[in-house]
Amino acid sequence: MIKFNQVYKRYPGGYEALKNLSFEIAEGEMVFLTGHSGAGKSTLLKLIAAIERPNSGSVVVKGQNTKSLKSGALPYLRRNLGLVFQDHKLLFDRNAFDNVMLPLQICGFDHRESAKRVRAALDKVGLLKREKANPIALSGGEQQRLCIARAIVNRPTILLADEPTGNLDAEYSGEIMHIFKSFHQVGVTLLISTHDEAVLRQFPARALALKHGELQT
Amino acid sequence: MKNSAIQHLRVIRFTLQRLRNTPIASLLNILVIGIALSLPIGGYVLLKNVQGLAEQMAGTPQISAFLAMGTGPDEIARISKQLKDHAAVDHIEFVPRDLALKQLQLSTGLADVVGGLSQNPLPDAFIIYPIALDAQKLELLRDDLKSWPKFEHVQLDSAWAHKLEALLKFARLAVLILAAMLSFALVAITFNTIRLQILTQRDEIEVSKLIGATNGFIRRPFLYFGLIQGMLGGAAAWLIIASSLFLLNYSLAGLVQLYASSFTLKHLSLGDSLTLLGFSSYLGWLGAWLSVSQHLWQIEPK
Repeated sequence: MIKFNQVYKRYPGGYEALKNLSFEIAEGEMVFLTGHSGAGKSTLLKLIAAIERPNSGSVVVKGQNTKSLKSGALPYLRRNLGLVFQDHKLLFDRNAFDNVMLPLQICGFDHRESAKRVRAALDKVGLLKREKANPIALSGGEQQRLCIARAIVNRPTILLADEPTGNLDAEYSGEIMHIFKSFHQVGVTLLISTHDEAVLRQFPARALALKHGELQT
Repeated sequence: MKNSAIQHLRVIRFTLQRLRNTPIASLLNILVIGIALSLPIGGYVLLKNVQGLAEQMAGTPQISAFLAMGTGPDEIARISKQLKDHAAVDHIEFVPRDLALKQLQLSTGLADVVGGLSQNPLPDAFIIYPIALDAQKLELLRDDLKSWPKFEHVQLDSAWAHKLEALLKFARLAVLILAAMLSFALVAITFNTIRLQILTQRDEIEVSKLIGATNGFIRRPFLYFGLIQGMLGGAAAWLIIASSLFLLNYSLAGLVQLYASSFTLKHLSLGDSLTLLGFSSYLGWLGAWLSVSQHLWQIEPK
């Protein structure tokens, strides 16, 4: 599903974020990405979503090399991905419902079918009762769950989550991990970056450990 | 297909909503576009009216051919027949010299002067109504008639029409230059409006790109906004011209009565009105398109 082959990523100024990274994630697998902040977790996720391109080596997602991807094909690759951001990236000019609606509008879904799907996604993350609320009125945990609802509404085959439990207390992060677990059970490929030891102990799964941009074995 | 039509309709509805959300700014923009457009279009309307008036006053062009003094009746009959058979001539009218003198007496108020003449100084004449009305063919016919031996003087009453035509040409060019400059202004106005919108919607654009929006999808609402704003600006220009003409006609009525004429300024024809709307919509779209292509690529998710 996702394959890295000798990937290097340097940022302008010479900072080397990732060094010689090679790994593979199979379809339906749930994998944690661990390491301290600055270890290159976010960069790795950005490479998968083709927000960044590697300087050398190849990143192949669903059989497509992100480096040789034409800019016109990029949106269609991203529609296979559900992205959960650390900073949520919610839009505060519309309510929760419309935030989750956005991916479906982009894909051109029928309106009535979309509304059903949006409610299903909101229900899944326990926010159905808050669909009319503006994201700014939601708590940190609720905002994170709303971001998850938006990431899954399009039924992606791959879900990438960047520190989804980063700013949450243990109870909330447990809830969110349970939501992820349920996606894993229906066959979604998951890659979750975290530095939360409690989460890793509670949910055993393969972990890719990054240290200074290199994979630890 | 149906689905994409619904998507477009949704974008249009969204665009109208956006215009409504900032009523003052939208109104001012539309007014500025309307005023900018109404100047050249108003000039065009006035020109059209002047042209119509000129044609009305000129009537059908005619050629006067004066016969040499002492041309006999037989010869007049022969020339008359020749003229009637001429391919470029529609019909003719013969004016005998006695009749011409009488008309002169009646029409000019020079009865005393004319009465004092010992003999009629006027020649017999033909008034020739040609088939073709354009200046070039008329001149060709005049030159042909000039070569006929019995015609002493052939006159085409087109000199002033030529002068007017030249003047109108000049005015048309001036209107065209004005139109070009103000069209540019319209494009610039839309360009800036869209630029501001793109800046304020930076987050939405970034998130949309992240979750798989194509460039076309992101561009669409801005293009529609430019198009609709341009169209509304065109409609505003139409209304400005319509109300100006109404006022002008109102004050013209008194003036025209003095000249015993029934002249009124005519408004844009249906075709011209639709062209105006189409053109202003296109310019709005163009401004939006330029702005979007200039600014959208700068917003890439990080």
